[in-house]
Amino acid sequence: MNGVPKIELRGVKKSFGRKLVLDGVNLSIQPGDSIVIIGGSGTGKSVTIKCVLGILRPDAGSIKVEGQEVTGLHGRNRDAYLRKFGMLFQGAALFDSLPVWENVAFGLIQGHGISRRRAREIAMEKLAKVGLGADVANLSPAELSGGMQKRVGLARAIAADPEIIFFDEPTTGLDPIMADIINNLIATTVRDLGVTALSITHDIASARKISNRVAMLYKGKIIWDGATAEMDHSGNPYLDQFIHGSAVGPIKMEVRQ
Amino acid sequence: MQNRPTHLIETMNIFAAVGRVILALFAAAGRLAIFMLDGISHSLRPPIYWKVILQEMIGVGYFSLPVVGLTAFFTGAVLCLQIFIGGSRYGAESFVPQIVVLGITRELGPVIAGLMVAGRVSAAIAAELGTMRVTEQIDALTTLSTNPVKYLVTPRLIAGVVSMPILVAIADAIGVLGGYVVATRALNFNSSVYLKNTANFVTSGDVSSGLTKAAVFGFIIALMGCYNGFYSKGGAQGVGAATTNAVVSASILILASNYLMTSLIFTR
Ligand SMILES: Nc1ncnc2c1ncn2[C@@H]1O[C@H](COP(=O)(O)OP(=O)(O)OP(=O)(O)O)[C@@H](O)[C@H]1O
Ligand SMILES: [Mg+2]
Repeated sequence: MNGVPKIELRGVKKSFGRKLVLDGVNLSIQPGDSIVIIGGSGTGKSVTIKCVLGILRPDAGSIKVEGQEVTGLHGRNRDAYLRKFGMLFQGAALFDSLPVWENVAFGLIQGHGISRRRAREIAMEKLAKVGLGADVANLSPAELSGGMQKRVGLARAIAADPEIIFFDEPTTGLDPIMADIINNLIATTVRDLGVTALSITHDIASARKISNRVAMLYKGKIIWDGATAEMDHSGNPYLDQFIHGSAVGPIKMEVRQ
Repeated sequence: MQNRPTHLIETMNIFAAVGRVILALFAAAGRLAIFMLDGISHSLRPPIYWKVILQEMIGVGYFSLPVVGLTAFFTGAVLCLQIFIGGSRYGAESFVPQIVVLGITRELGPVIAGLMVAGRVSAAIAAELGTMRVTEQIDALTTLSTNPVKYLVTPRLIAGVVSMPILVAIADAIGVLGGYVVATRALNFNSSVYLKNTANFVTSGDVSSGLTKAAVFGFIIALMGCYNGFYSKGGAQGVGAATTNAVVSASILILASNYLMTSLIFTR
Protein backbone atom coordinates (compact mmCIF):
# COMPACT_ATOMS: atom_id res chain seq x y z
CA MET A 1 0.00 0.00 0.00
CA ASN A 2 1.25 3.45 -0.82
CA GLY A 3 0.95 6.83 0.87
CA VAL A 4 -0.18 7.74 4.34
CA PRO A 5 -3.25 5.77 5.39
CA LYS A 6 -6.35 7.80 6.15
CA ILE A 7 -6.92 5.85 9.34
CA GLU A 8 -4.45 3.54 11.00
CA LEU A 9 -5.04 1.47 14.12
CA ARG A 10 -2.06 -0.26 15.75
CA GLY A 11 -2.46 -2.63 18.67
CA VAL A 12 -5.64 -1.01 19.96
CA LYS A 13 -6.82 -2.61 23.18
CA LYS A 14 -9.92 -1.91 25.18
CA SER A 15 -11.52 -3.70 28.07
CA PHE A 16 -14.49 -2.94 30.26
CA GLY A 17 -13.74 -4.02 33.79
CA ARG A 18 -12.47 -7.56 33.44
CA LYS A 19 -13.98 -8.05 30.03
CA LEU A 20 -11.43 -7.77 27.26
CA VAL A 21 -13.16 -6.54 24.11
CA LEU A 22 -10.40 -5.36 21.78
CA ASP A 23 -7.15 -7.28 22.05
CA GLY A 24 -4.77 -5.48 19.72
CA VAL A 25 -6.68 -4.39 16.65
CA ASN A 26 -4.53 -3.57 13.62
CA LEU A 27 -6.22 -2.00 10.64
CA SER A 28 -5.18 0.52 8.07
CA ILE A 29 -7.60 2.26 5.77
CA GLN A 30 -6.47 4.06 2.61
CA PRO A 31 -8.05 7.31 1.39
CA GLY A 32 -11.12 6.54 -0.70
CA ASP A 33 -11.49 3.05 0.71
CA SER A 34 -14.89 1.77 1.65
CA ILE A 35 -14.26 -0.87 4.24
CA VAL A 36 -16.76 -3.06 5.99
CA ILE A 37 -16.09 -4.59 9.38
CA ILE A 38 -17.96 -7.80 9.98
CA GLY A 39 -18.03 -10.00 13.02
CA GLY A 40 -20.33 -11.59 15.53
CA SER A 41 -22.60 -9.63 17.77
CA GLY A 42 -20.74 -8.20 20.74
CA THR A 43 -17.24 -8.64 19.30
CA GLY A 44 -16.44 -4.95 19.61
CA LYS A 45 -17.20 -3.48 16.19
CA SER A 46 -19.03 -0.48 17.62
CA VAL A 47 -16.36 -0.11 20.30
CA THR A 48 -13.71 0.09 17.55
CA ILE A 49 -15.30 3.08 15.85
CA LYS A 50 -16.00 4.76 19.16
CA CYS A 51 -12.29 4.51 19.91
CA VAL A 52 -11.43 6.23 16.63
CA LEU A 53 -13.92 9.01 17.40
CA GLY A 54 -12.55 9.41 20.90
CA ILE A 55 -15.88 8.59 22.53
CA LEU A 56 -14.07 5.71 24.20
CA ARG A 57 -10.42 5.90 25.16
CA PRO A 58 -8.41 2.80 24.25
CA ASP A 59 -6.34 1.25 27.03
CA ALA A 60 -3.36 0.79 24.73
CA GLY A 61 -2.31 1.21 21.12
CA SER A 62 -2.21 4.03 18.67
CA ILE A 63 -4.80 5.51 16.34
CA LYS A 64 -3.58 7.80 13.58
CA VAL A 65 -5.68 9.78 11.17
CA GLU A 66 -3.76 11.19 8.21
CA GLY A 67 -0.59 10.36 10.07
CA GLN A 68 -1.53 12.32 13.18
CA GLU A 69 -1.96 10.60 16.53
CA VAL A 70 -5.49 11.26 17.73
CA THR A 71 -5.85 9.41 21.02
CA GLY A 72 -5.93 11.99 23.77
CA LEU A 73 -6.99 14.93 21.61
CA HIS A 74 -9.19 17.35 23.50
CA GLY A 75 -10.76 20.80 23.41
CA ARG A 76 -10.63 22.73 20.14
CA ASN A 77 -8.26 20.29 18.48
CA ARG A 78 -10.77 17.56 19.08
CA ASP A 79 -13.66 19.62 17.71
CA ALA A 80 -11.62 20.39 14.61
CA TYR A 81 -10.66 16.73 14.27
CA LEU A 82 -14.25 15.55 14.58
CA ARG A 83 -15.39 17.98 11.91
CA LYS A 84 -13.83 15.57 9.40
CA PHE A 85 -16.21 12.82 10.46
CA GLY A 86 -19.80 11.85 9.97
CA MET A 87 -21.21 9.15 12.16
CA LEU A 88 -24.37 7.08 11.96
CA PHE A 89 -24.98 5.50 15.35
CA GLN A 90 -26.33 1.99 15.62
CA GLY A 91 -29.37 3.29 17.52
CA ALA A 92 -29.58 6.47 15.37
CA ALA A 93 -29.08 8.63 18.54
CA LEU A 94 -31.27 11.45 17.24
CA PHE A 95 -31.81 14.43 19.54
CA ASP A 96 -35.39 14.02 20.63
CA SER A 97 -35.72 17.61 21.77
CA LEU A 98 -35.23 18.85 18.19
CA PRO A 99 -37.34 18.38 15.04
CA VAL A 100 -36.02 16.11 12.30
CA TRP A 101 -34.60 18.86 10.10
CA GLU A 102 -32.68 20.44 13.00
CA ASN A 103 -31.21 17.06 13.80
CA VAL A 104 -29.83 16.87 10.28
CA ALA A 105 -28.75 20.52 10.33
CA PHE A 106 -27.23 20.40 13.82
CA GLY A 107 -23.61 19.89 12.80
CA LEU A 108 -23.92 22.50 10.05
CA ILE A 109 -25.25 25.15 12.44
CA GLN A 110 -23.19 24.34 15.55
CA GLY A 111 -20.02 22.85 14.13
CA HIS A 112 -19.64 24.74 10.86
CA GLY A 113 -21.38 28.03 11.64
CA ILE A 114 -23.76 27.91 8.66
CA SER A 115 -26.89 30.06 8.89
CA ARG A 116 -30.09 28.34 9.98
CA ARG A 117 -31.87 29.09 6.73
CA ARG A 118 -29.08 27.67 4.56
CA ALA A 119 -28.64 24.72 6.92
CA ARG A 120 -32.34 23.92 6.59
CA GLU A 121 -32.06 23.86 2.81
CA ILE A 122 -29.12 21.47 2.99
CA ALA A 123 -30.96 19.33 5.52
CA MET A 124 -33.97 19.03 3.20
CA GLU A 125 -31.66 18.02 0.35
CA LYS A 126 -30.01 15.29 2.44
CA LEU A 127 -33.36 14.06 3.73
CA ALA A 128 -34.53 13.70 0.14
CA LYS A 129 -31.44 11.59 -0.60
CA VAL A 130 -32.46 9.07 2.05
CA GLY A 131 -36.02 8.97 0.77
CA LEU A 132 -37.64 11.28 3.30
CA GLY A 133 -39.84 14.13 2.17
CA ALA A 134 -40.58 17.59 3.50
CA ASP A 135 -43.54 16.18 5.43
CA VAL A 136 -41.28 14.62 8.07
CA ALA A 137 -38.96 17.62 8.45
CA ASN A 138 -40.91 19.20 11.26
CA LEU A 139 -41.83 16.01 13.10
CA SER A 140 -40.06 15.02 16.26
CA PRO A 141 -37.84 11.90 16.00
CA ALA A 142 -40.14 10.04 18.40
CA GLU A 143 -42.90 10.23 15.80
CA LEU A 144 -40.85 8.26 13.24
CA SER A 145 -40.54 4.54 12.73
CA GLY A 146 -37.24 2.84 13.57
CA GLY A 147 -36.19 2.63 9.92
CA MET A 148 -37.07 6.26 9.32
CA GLN A 149 -35.01 7.29 12.35
CA LYS A 150 -32.10 5.34 10.95
CA ARG A 151 -32.37 7.23 7.67
CA VAL A 152 -32.52 10.58 9.46
CA GLY A 153 -29.35 9.49 11.29
CA LEU A 154 -27.81 8.72 7.92
CA ALA A 155 -28.80 12.13 6.57
CA ARG A 156 -27.24 13.73 9.65
CA ALA A 157 -24.02 11.77 9.11
CA ILE A 158 -23.60 12.98 5.53
CA ALA A 159 -25.01 16.48 6.08
CA ALA A 160 -21.71 18.33 6.39
CA ASP A 161 -20.06 16.43 3.53
CA PRO A 162 -17.42 14.90 5.81
CA GLU A 163 -14.20 13.31 4.56
CA ILE A 164 -14.68 10.18 6.61
CA ILE A 165 -17.99 8.52 7.37
CA PHE A 166 -18.75 5.74 9.82
CA PHE A 167 -21.95 3.81 9.35
CA ASP A 168 -22.91 1.53 12.21
CA GLU A 169 -25.35 -0.95 10.67
CA PRO A 170 -26.87 1.42 8.11
CA THR A 171 -29.41 -1.03 6.72
CA THR A 172 -30.53 -2.86 9.85
CA GLY A 173 -34.26 -2.41 10.34
CA LEU A 174 -34.96 -1.31 6.77
CA ASP A 175 -37.12 -3.14 4.26
CA PRO A 176 -35.13 -4.82 1.44
CA ILE A 177 -35.94 -2.15 -1.13
CA MET A 178 -35.03 0.73 1.14
CA ALA A 179 -31.92 -1.18 2.20
CA ASP A 180 -30.86 -1.32 -1.43
CA ILE A 181 -31.49 2.40 -1.87
CA ILE A 182 -29.30 3.11 1.14
CA ASN A 183 -26.61 0.75 -0.15
CA ASN A 184 -26.59 2.64 -3.43
CA LEU A 185 -26.44 5.94 -1.57
CA ILE A 186 -23.40 4.81 0.39
CA ALA A 187 -21.73 3.40 -2.71
CA THR A 188 -22.27 6.58 -4.73
CA THR A 189 -21.26 8.85 -1.86
CA VAL A 190 -17.97 7.04 -1.61
CA ARG A 191 -17.41 6.89 -5.36
CA ASP A 192 -18.50 10.41 -6.32
CA LEU A 193 -17.32 12.43 -3.35
CA GLY A 194 -14.17 10.47 -2.66
CA VAL A 195 -14.92 10.00 1.00
CA THR A 196 -13.42 7.26 3.09
CA ALA A 197 -16.08 5.06 4.62
CA LEU A 198 -16.09 2.49 7.37
CA SER A 199 -19.27 0.53 7.78
CA ILE A 200 -20.39 -2.15 10.14
CA THR A 201 -22.92 -4.59 8.85
CA HIS A 202 -24.23 -8.09 9.38
CA ASP A 203 -25.66 -8.10 5.89
CA ILE A 204 -23.16 -9.80 3.57
CA ALA A 205 -25.09 -8.76 0.44
CA SER A 206 -24.89 -5.17 1.59
CA ALA A 207 -21.17 -5.54 2.32
CA ARG A 208 -20.57 -6.74 -1.24
CA LYS A 209 -22.39 -3.76 -2.61
CA ILE A 210 -20.89 -0.94 -0.57
CA SER A 211 -17.32 -2.01 0.11
CA ASN A 212 -14.07 -2.63 -1.68
CA ARG A 213 -12.51 -4.13 1.42
CA VAL A 214 -13.67 -6.34 4.24
CA ALA A 215 -12.17 -6.91 7.65
CA MET A 216 -13.38 -9.50 10.08
CA LEU A 217 -13.18 -8.98 13.83
CA TYR A 218 -13.07 -12.06 16.00
CA LYS A 219 -12.04 -12.39 19.64
CA GLY A 220 -10.67 -8.85 19.79
CA LYS A 221 -8.47 -9.09 16.68
CA ILE A 222 -8.80 -8.55 12.95
CA ILE A 223 -8.44 -12.12 11.71
CA TRP A 224 -8.94 -11.44 8.01
CA ASP A 225 -8.59 -8.32 5.94
CA GLY A 226 -8.74 -8.18 2.18
CA ALA A 227 -10.52 -7.12 -0.99
CA THR A 228 -14.26 -7.71 -1.02
CA ALA A 229 -13.90 -9.62 -4.28
CA GLU A 230 -11.57 -12.12 -2.60
CA MET A 231 -13.84 -12.70 0.34
CA ASP A 232 -15.30 -15.85 -1.18
CA HIS A 233 -12.00 -17.64 -1.74
CA SER A 234 -10.10 -16.54 1.31
CA GLY A 235 -9.57 -20.07 2.57
CA ASN A 236 -10.24 -18.74 6.04
CA PRO A 237 -12.67 -21.07 7.81
CA TYR A 238 -13.90 -18.38 10.21
CA LEU A 239 -14.72 -15.98 7.42
CA ASP A 240 -16.31 -18.74 5.35
CA GLN A 241 -18.55 -19.74 8.21
CA PHE A 242 -19.54 -16.13 8.79
CA ILE A 243 -20.38 -15.24 5.22
CA HIS A 244 -22.37 -18.42 4.72
CA GLY A 245 -24.16 -17.90 8.00
CA SER A 246 -23.63 -21.48 9.09
CA ALA A 247 -24.01 -22.74 12.63
CA VAL A 248 -21.35 -25.37 11.98
CA GLY A 249 -17.72 -24.32 11.88
CA PRO A 250 -14.85 -23.07 14.02
CA ILE A 251 -16.86 -20.17 15.52
CA LYS A 252 -18.79 -21.47 18.49
CA MET A 253 -21.57 -19.24 19.69
CA GLU A 254 -21.97 -19.31 23.44
CA VAL A 255 -25.43 -20.76 23.72
CA ARG A 256 -26.66 -23.78 25.61
CA GLN A 257 -29.00 -26.17 23.98
CA MET B 1 -3.11 -16.73 71.43
CA GLN B 2 -3.77 -18.99 68.51
CA ASN B 3 -6.47 -16.92 66.94
CA ARG B 4 -4.66 -13.67 67.20
CA PRO B 5 -3.44 -13.50 63.60
CA THR B 6 -6.92 -14.11 62.18
CA HIS B 7 -8.23 -11.48 64.55
CA LEU B 8 -5.67 -9.07 63.22
CA ILE B 9 -6.60 -9.88 59.65
CA GLU B 10 -10.24 -9.25 60.37
CA THR B 11 -9.44 -5.87 61.83
CA MET B 12 -7.37 -5.09 58.77
CA ASN B 13 -10.31 -6.07 56.59
CA ILE B 14 -12.51 -3.56 58.36
CA PHE B 15 -9.89 -0.88 57.80
CA ALA B 16 -9.66 -1.87 54.16
CA ALA B 17 -13.44 -1.71 53.75
CA VAL B 18 -13.69 1.68 55.44
CA GLY B 19 -10.76 2.89 53.39
CA ARG B 20 -12.43 1.78 50.19
CA VAL B 21 -15.63 3.61 51.07
CA ILE B 22 -13.74 6.78 51.93
CA LEU B 23 -11.67 6.57 48.75
CA ALA B 24 -14.82 6.09 46.69
CA LEU B 25 -16.33 9.13 48.41
CA PHE B 26 -13.31 11.27 47.62
CA ALA B 27 -13.27 10.04 44.04
CA ALA B 28 -16.95 10.97 43.64
CA ALA B 29 -16.39 14.39 45.23
CA GLY B 30 -13.44 15.00 42.94
CA ARG B 31 -15.39 13.98 39.88
CA LEU B 32 -18.25 16.27 40.88
CA ALA B 33 -15.83 19.16 41.47
CA ILE B 34 -14.21 18.71 38.05
CA PHE B 35 -17.62 18.47 36.41
CA MET B 36 -18.74 21.65 38.17
CA LEU B 37 -15.63 23.63 37.22
CA ASP B 38 -15.93 22.42 33.64
CA GLY B 39 -19.55 23.58 33.55
CA ILE B 40 -18.72 26.97 35.02
CA SER B 41 -15.68 27.58 32.83
CA HIS B 42 -17.76 27.10 29.67
CA SER B 43 -20.01 29.99 30.70
CA LEU B 44 -17.04 32.30 30.11
CA ARG B 45 -16.12 31.01 26.66
CA PRO B 46 -18.20 31.43 23.53
CA PRO B 47 -20.33 30.12 21.97
CA ILE B 48 -23.09 30.59 24.52
CA TYR B 49 -26.32 28.80 23.77
CA TRP B 50 -28.85 31.53 24.54
CA LYS B 51 -31.74 29.59 23.13
CA VAL B 52 -31.11 26.66 25.45
CA ILE B 53 -30.67 29.02 28.42
CA LEU B 54 -34.00 30.67 27.67
CA GLN B 55 -35.74 27.31 27.27
CA GLU B 56 -34.37 26.11 30.59
CA MET B 57 -35.27 29.36 32.34
CA ILE B 58 -38.84 28.88 31.24
CA GLY B 59 -38.68 25.33 32.56
CA VAL B 60 -37.10 26.23 35.91
CA GLY B 61 -38.90 29.50 36.54
CA TYR B 62 -42.15 29.84 34.71
CA PHE B 63 -43.44 26.28 34.90
CA SER B 64 -42.50 26.01 38.58
CA LEU B 65 -44.58 29.08 39.43
CA PRO B 66 -47.89 27.34 40.17
CA VAL B 67 -46.46 24.73 42.51
CA VAL B 68 -44.07 27.13 44.22
CA GLY B 69 -46.78 29.79 44.53
CA LEU B 70 -49.22 27.35 46.12
CA THR B 71 -46.71 25.99 48.62
CA ALA B 72 -45.54 29.51 49.49
CA PHE B 73 -49.11 30.64 50.07
CA PHE B 74 -49.94 27.82 52.46
CA THR B 75 -46.59 28.09 54.21
CA GLY B 76 -47.21 31.80 54.89
CA ALA B 77 -50.73 30.99 56.05
CA VAL B 78 -49.73 28.26 58.48
CA LEU B 79 -46.77 30.29 59.74
CA CYS B 80 -49.12 33.15 60.56
CA LEU B 81 -51.51 30.84 62.38
CA GLN B 82 -48.81 29.16 64.46
CA ILE B 83 -47.12 32.40 65.44
CA PHE B 84 -50.47 33.82 66.46
CA ILE B 85 -51.30 30.75 68.59
CA GLY B 86 -47.83 30.62 70.10
CA GLY B 87 -47.53 34.36 70.58
CA SER B 88 -50.93 34.71 72.26
CA ARG B 89 -49.58 32.80 75.26
CA TYR B 90 -47.34 35.78 75.98
CA GLY B 91 -49.61 38.47 74.63
CA ALA B 92 -47.24 38.87 71.67
CA GLU B 93 -49.84 38.50 68.90
CA SER B 94 -49.02 41.91 67.48
CA PHE B 95 -45.63 40.67 66.25
CA VAL B 96 -47.23 38.28 63.78
CA PRO B 97 -46.64 40.39 60.62
CA GLN B 98 -42.99 41.00 61.49
CA ILE B 99 -42.19 37.38 62.23
CA VAL B 100 -44.05 36.13 59.16
CA VAL B 101 -42.18 38.39 56.78
CA LEU B 102 -38.87 37.59 58.41
CA GLY B 103 -39.45 33.85 58.33
CA ILE B 104 -40.60 33.90 54.74
CA THR B 105 -37.94 36.13 53.22
CA ARG B 106 -34.98 34.77 55.16
CA GLU B 107 -35.69 31.06 55.32
CA LEU B 108 -38.94 29.57 54.21
CA GLY B 109 -39.31 31.29 50.85
CA PRO B 110 -35.96 30.11 49.48
CA VAL B 111 -35.99 26.72 51.18
CA ILE B 112 -39.55 25.75 50.28
CA ALA B 113 -39.11 26.96 46.70
CA GLY B 114 -35.71 25.24 46.55
CA LEU B 115 -37.11 21.90 47.66
CA MET B 116 -40.11 22.09 45.34
CA VAL B 117 -37.95 23.02 42.36
CA ALA B 118 -35.45 20.31 43.31
CA GLY B 119 -38.24 17.76 43.05
CA ARG B 120 -39.47 19.14 39.76
CA VAL B 121 -36.43 20.36 37.90
CA SER B 122 -33.52 18.24 39.20
CA ALA B 123 -35.55 15.17 38.37
CA ALA B 124 -36.48 16.44 34.93
CA ILE B 125 -32.89 17.41 34.08
CA ALA B 126 -31.50 14.09 35.32
CA ALA B 127 -34.09 12.14 33.34
CA GLU B 128 -33.48 14.13 30.17
CA LEU B 129 -29.68 14.01 30.29
CA GLY B 130 -29.74 10.41 31.50
CA THR B 131 -31.85 9.36 28.53
CA MET B 132 -29.55 11.29 26.23
CA ARG B 133 -26.60 9.43 27.73
CA VAL B 134 -28.01 5.92 27.40
CA THR B 135 -29.33 6.53 23.87
CA GLU B 136 -25.88 7.87 22.84
CA GLN B 137 -27.23 11.35 22.09
CA ILE B 138 -24.43 12.82 24.22
CA ASP B 139 -21.86 10.93 22.13
CA ALA B 140 -23.62 12.15 19.00
CA LEU B 141 -23.20 15.76 20.19
CA THR B 142 -19.46 15.17 20.45
CA THR B 143 -19.25 13.78 16.94
CA LEU B 144 -21.04 16.91 15.70
CA SER B 145 -18.23 19.05 17.15
CA THR B 146 -20.38 20.29 20.01
CA ASN B 147 -19.08 20.05 23.55
CA PRO B 148 -21.85 18.31 25.52
CA VAL B 149 -20.98 20.07 28.78
CA LYS B 150 -21.15 23.44 27.07
CA TYR B 151 -24.38 22.63 25.25
CA LEU B 152 -26.23 20.76 27.99
CA VAL B 153 -24.78 21.62 31.39
CA THR B 154 -23.69 25.26 31.30
CA PRO B 155 -27.04 26.64 30.04
CA ARG B 156 -28.85 24.75 32.80
CA LEU B 157 -26.50 26.07 35.48
CA ILE B 158 -27.00 29.62 34.23
CA ALA B 159 -30.75 29.15 34.03
CA GLY B 160 -30.84 27.80 37.59
CA VAL B 161 -28.80 30.65 39.04
CA VAL B 162 -30.77 33.33 37.22
CA SER B 163 -34.31 32.08 37.54
CA MET B 164 -34.38 30.83 41.14
CA PRO B 165 -34.00 34.32 42.70
CA ILE B 166 -36.83 35.61 40.51
CA LEU B 167 -38.97 32.67 41.50
CA VAL B 168 -38.17 33.14 45.19
CA ALA B 169 -38.93 36.87 45.03
CA ILE B 170 -42.40 35.96 43.77
CA ALA B 171 -42.69 33.18 46.37
CA ASP B 172 -41.78 35.68 49.12
CA ALA B 173 -44.57 37.98 48.04
CA ILE B 174 -47.09 35.14 47.83
CA GLY B 175 -45.99 33.77 51.21
CA VAL B 176 -46.49 37.15 52.87
CA LEU B 177 -49.85 37.35 51.14
CA GLY B 178 -50.77 33.95 52.61
CA GLY B 179 -50.01 35.26 56.10
CA TYR B 180 -51.91 38.45 55.41
CA VAL B 181 -55.02 36.60 54.23
CA VAL B 182 -55.13 34.42 57.35
CA ALA B 183 -54.38 37.34 59.67
CA THR B 184 -57.05 39.64 58.26
CA ARG B 185 -59.72 37.04 57.47
CA ALA B 186 -59.40 34.63 60.39
CA LEU B 187 -57.54 36.46 63.12
CA ASN B 188 -59.14 39.92 62.96
CA PHE B 189 -55.98 41.88 62.22
CA ASN B 190 -56.48 45.31 60.74
CA SER B 191 -55.46 45.12 57.13
CA SER B 192 -53.59 48.42 56.82
CA VAL B 193 -51.82 47.97 60.16
CA TYR B 194 -50.68 44.50 59.14
CA LEU B 195 -49.29 45.74 55.86
CA LYS B 196 -47.65 48.75 57.48
CA ASN B 197 -45.95 46.59 60.12
CA THR B 198 -44.74 44.21 57.45
CA ALA B 199 -43.35 46.92 55.22
CA ASN B 200 -41.71 48.88 58.02
CA PHE B 201 -40.04 45.87 59.53
CA VAL B 202 -38.55 44.04 56.60
CA THR B 203 -35.15 45.26 55.39
CA SER B 204 -33.52 44.88 52.02
CA GLY B 205 -30.93 42.70 53.76
CA ASP B 206 -33.59 40.16 54.70
CA VAL B 207 -34.79 39.92 51.14
CA SER B 208 -31.38 39.90 49.50
CA SER B 209 -30.02 37.23 51.83
CA GLY B 210 -32.95 35.05 50.79
CA LEU B 211 -32.35 35.77 47.12
CA THR B 212 -28.64 34.97 47.46
CA LYS B 213 -29.62 31.64 48.95
CA ALA B 214 -32.02 31.15 46.05
CA ALA B 215 -29.21 31.63 43.51
CA VAL B 216 -27.09 29.04 45.31
CA PHE B 217 -30.03 26.63 45.45
CA GLY B 218 -30.66 27.15 41.75
CA PHE B 219 -27.06 26.21 41.07
CA ILE B 220 -27.29 23.10 43.27
CA ILE B 221 -30.55 21.99 41.62
CA ALA B 222 -29.15 22.30 38.10
CA LEU B 223 -25.77 20.80 39.03
CA MET B 224 -27.24 17.73 40.73
CA GLY B 225 -29.66 17.13 37.87
CA CYS B 226 -26.91 17.48 35.26
CA TYR B 227 -24.27 15.49 37.11
CA ASN B 228 -26.48 12.52 37.86
CA GLY B 229 -27.99 12.51 34.39
CA PHE B 230 -24.68 12.99 32.59
CA TYR B 231 -23.04 10.01 34.25
CA SER B 232 -26.02 7.68 34.37
CA LYS B 233 -25.61 4.27 32.84
CA GLY B 234 -27.45 1.05 32.26
CA GLY B 235 -30.68 1.84 30.45
CA ALA B 236 -34.03 2.76 31.95
CA GLN B 237 -33.08 1.50 35.39
CA GLY B 238 -29.95 3.66 35.44
CA VAL B 239 -31.94 6.71 34.41
CA GLY B 240 -34.43 6.01 37.20
CA ALA B 241 -31.63 5.78 39.75
CA ALA B 242 -30.08 8.99 38.41
CA THR B 243 -33.38 10.80 38.81
CA THR B 244 -33.82 9.68 42.40
CA ASN B 245 -30.22 10.51 43.28
CA ALA B 246 -30.56 13.95 41.74
CA VAL B 247 -33.58 14.85 43.85
CA VAL B 248 -32.23 13.38 47.07
CA SER B 249 -28.76 14.89 46.77
CA ALA B 250 -30.12 18.29 45.69
CA SER B 251 -32.53 18.37 48.64
CA ILE B 252 -29.87 17.44 51.17
CA LEU B 253 -27.38 19.92 49.74
CA ILE B 254 -30.02 22.66 49.79
CA LEU B 255 -30.78 22.12 53.47
CA ALA B 256 -27.13 21.78 54.45
CA SER B 257 -25.97 24.80 52.48
CA ASN B 258 -28.92 26.77 53.84
CA TYR B 259 -27.70 26.21 57.37
CA LEU B 260 -24.18 27.13 56.34
CA MET B 261 -25.30 30.33 54.64
CA THR B 262 -27.55 31.36 57.52
CA SER B 263 -24.69 30.96 59.94
CA LEU B 264 -22.37 32.91 57.63
CA ILE B 265 -24.80 35.73 56.88
CA PHE B 266 -26.57 36.25 60.20
CA THR B 267 -24.09 35.40 62.92
CA ARG B 268 -21.24 37.64 61.95
N1 LIG C 1 -19.86 1.48 27.59
C1 LIG C 1 -19.68 0.16 27.80
N2 LIG C 1 -19.52 -0.31 29.05
C2 LIG C 1 -19.31 -1.62 29.28
N3 LIG C 1 -19.25 -2.54 28.33
C3 LIG C 1 -19.40 -2.16 27.05
C4 LIG C 1 -19.63 -0.78 26.72
N4 LIG C 1 -19.74 -0.68 25.38
C5 LIG C 1 -19.60 -1.93 24.90
N5 LIG C 1 -19.39 -2.82 25.89
C6 LIG C 1 -19.15 -4.27 25.73
O1 LIG C 1 -18.25 -4.43 24.68
C7 LIG C 1 -18.62 -5.54 23.87
C8 LIG C 1 -18.63 -5.12 22.42
O2 LIG C 1 -19.66 -4.20 22.20
P1 LIG C 1 -19.97 -3.60 20.77
O3 LIG C 1 -21.11 -2.66 20.96
O4 LIG C 1 -18.74 -3.05 20.17
O5 LIG C 1 -20.44 -4.88 19.97
P2 LIG C 1 -20.73 -4.98 18.42
O6 LIG C 1 -19.62 -5.75 17.81
O7 LIG C 1 -21.00 -3.64 17.86
O8 LIG C 1 -22.03 -5.87 18.43
P3 LIG C 1 -23.39 -5.70 17.58
O9 LIG C 1 -23.13 -6.30 16.27
O10 LIG C 1 -24.37 -6.49 18.36
O11 LIG C 1 -23.68 -4.24 17.54
C9 LIG C 1 -19.97 -6.00 24.37
O12 LIG C 1 -19.76 -7.22 25.01
C10 LIG C 1 -20.42 -4.99 25.34
O13 LIG C 1 -20.97 -5.63 26.46
MG1 LIG D 1 -22.61 -2.56 17.40
